[in-house]
Amino acid sequence: MELLSGADMLIRSLQDQGIEYIYGYPGGAALHIYDALFRQDEVKHILVRHEQAAVHMADGYARATGLPGTVLVTSGPGATNTITGIATAFMDSIPMVVLCGQVASTLIGEDAFQETDMMGVSRPVVKHNLSVRHPSEIPEIIRKAYYIASTGRPGPVVVDIPKDMTAPNERFEYAYPKKVKLRSYNPAIRGHAGQIKKAVDMMLAARRPIIYAGGGVILGKASGQLTELVRKLGYPITNTLMGIGCYPASDKQHLGWLGMHGTYEANMAMHHSDLILAVGARFDDRVTNATEKFCPGARIIHIDIDPASISKTIDADVPIVGPVDAVLKEMLALVKESKEKPDAEALAAWWRQIDEWRAFHGMRYETSPDVIKPQEVVEMLHRLTNGDAFVTSDVGQHQMFAAQYYKFDKPNRWINSGGLGTMGFGLPAAMGIKLTHPDEEVLCITGEGSIQMNIQELSTCNQYKLPVKIINLNNQSLGMVRQWQDMNYESRHSHSYMESLPDFIKLAEAYGHVGIRIDKKEDLEPKLKEALAMKDRLVFVDIQVDRFEHVYPMQVARGCMKDMWLSKTERV
Amino acid sequence: MRRIISVLLENEPGALSRVVGLFSQRNYNIETLTVAPTEDETLSRLTVTTTGPDRVIEQITKQLNKLVEVVKLVDLTEGPHIERELMLIKLKATGSQRAEIKRTVDIFRGQIVDVTSSVYTVQLAGASDKLDGFVQAIGTSGVLEVVRSGVSGIARGEKVLSL
Repeated sequence: MELLSGADMLIRSLQDQGIEYIYGYPGGAALHIYDALFRQDEVKHILVRHEQAAVHMADGYARATGLPGTVLVTSGPGATNTITGIATAFMDSIPMVVLCGQVASTLIGEDAFQETDMMGVSRPVVKHNLSVRHPSEIPEIIRKAYYIASTGRPGPVVVDIPKDMTAPNERFEYAYPKKVKLRSYNPAIRGHAGQIKKAVDMMLAARRPIIYAGGGVILGKASGQLTELVRKLGYPITNTLMGIGCYPASDKQHLGWLGMHGTYEANMAMHHSDLILAVGARFDDRVTNATEKFCPGARIIHIDIDPASISKTIDADVPIVGPVDAVLKEMLALVKESKEKPDAEALAAWWRQIDEWRAFHGMRYETSPDVIKPQEVVEMLHRLTNGDAFVTSDVGQHQMFAAQYYKFDKPNRWINSGGLGTMGFGLPAAMGIKLTHPDEEVLCITGEGSIQMNIQELSTCNQYKLPVKIINLNNQSLGMVRQWQDMNYESRHSHSYMESLPDFIKLAEAYGHVGIRIDKKEDLEPKLKEALAMKDRLVFVDIQVDRFEHVYPMQVARGCMKDMWLSKTERV
Repeated sequence: MRRIISVLLENEPGALSRVVGLFSQRNYNIETLTVAPTEDETLSRLTVTTTGPDRVIEQITKQLNKLVEVVKLVDLTEGPHIERELMLIKLKATGSQRAEIKRTVDIFRGQIVDVTSSVYTVQLAGASDKLDGFVQAIGTSGVLEVVRSGVSGIARGEKVLSL
């Protein structure tokens, strides 16, 4: 057997795990590891400019590919800077392993230089964390970390590595475990057959059914099974912000997404349904509105890999714990062989009702002859990229406009921080995707507030030649904050105005990129085309958009699903 | 309703902090908590008493089960069970009080485990409400110090919580 130091074992374990890229930033406690990294070239390291960005890069990569991302940072501030990124991944169940240096085990607890209790600090925002107590444990710990991160309900796993565990002069036998077994961790591998049968019977007997799909469908790689089942049944489907792309948005059975800024028809259909099939969704407060008023006539079937997501906020009538792909496959088989068929007449009446709702509102906004509307920028981007780009976003109005007006037909293409709502996510996430998808169009739709939260990564983009397209919907204010202030605080715009904005064109140029400003409506299409045509350059497109636009529909606070503002003046 | 949840936990550093952290993080209530290794030294047994509506209790057990280091758990209050808590209590005992305290201790089947000219130290085991009853019977004015172990519990009959 080979004898390797802890640091070499760590890097070898990453190689044996098949890790191609890691994102990180060196520092004292991680130097043995960085030296081991230097002495090989299988695992490539991307040097970011702030550790938070390393985590978002790994996250973007994970969301686009379904594979776990990997981060390497040092102890203390290096580790604490990852926390926002880790919490972002945790809230959206993104598989990830974050390797953190730590002060030597002999110094732990002594307030040593750059010491932070990363096990304690990260605990509430990780799926699990592991601490290395002997160098020989490293291969097994790394194997466990990836296993836990990517199975069951995925999530981030932190590995805390004291510096003396990676010392170059101590060597141990290296073998990477093929399998890992944890007696206390056994995610479900299939759903309960009896429950699935019961659910299918209920589905076939429903008169006003709706399918409500979430990010779990994408994480569970079940878009194919879901699409087949929905088409077979002929039922309407809506999805959450995180589920965008799990079912083709251009399909007639798709009602758009639901919830706070969901479509009128999706929210109306949910409220009036008699049966909801929830798949990999978690009845989040941005979806349900007031839980006690949620869908009063609906019985609920809830499929989720995580039992704790079931009946957490809304009681399920038929809970099914299991991987969504396996459960949907069994459901489809039962639907196909069942003698019962959906009631064609009831279903036709239901669709007539839904089409009326669609005709009543649908997604629309008022255009203006001279001011650029943020919605039309997104619609144009959809057209110019054939609806086939990877789109990352930050958080706020631009995020909602991007999700509403870019119609995604494929999963893993809409990349946003849905659960935590992290500003500063968009650019590094786009970088993580572009790195591994060099031939795909990667757009970061952002705002002038969010982009400044990780703007330093323009430098990383220059170093690694990452030609993402940054679409800055610049309304010179924190748009969503201002919208709430308009609606709830009599337009007292407390600190939502972005004063002293930089010249983004010069800023992009200073980092070695191309900057384009668009402030006239007639320039929008030609200049966006010009930006998209520069395949090998990062282009920062700064677009002056309507400063007073609001996102609609918007659910009325503490109301039910169907209580919505449809514009600044129309309320239903 | 008050619940007694018994948990088998990997006996590893940090495992207990995950359980305690979960309760504070999710705003669950901990009334008592006890933890000690079992006959299998790789496992600890942790008992927590908590109160809350059924939905919250269901979430507590599900969230506990999600912790990677939790091997198994049971809500003992769902079935017949035995509940015990140990109390050591130091009482002012002078003059005529001494006989009175001794009688009360006997009634509650406790033992006086340490004596000075002015103090009795009493040991008492039982369900938590029995311990409460004893303190009430003695009257708080005579109590110098109380230490309680928190609740331990085990199911009645053949049901066992093991691997």
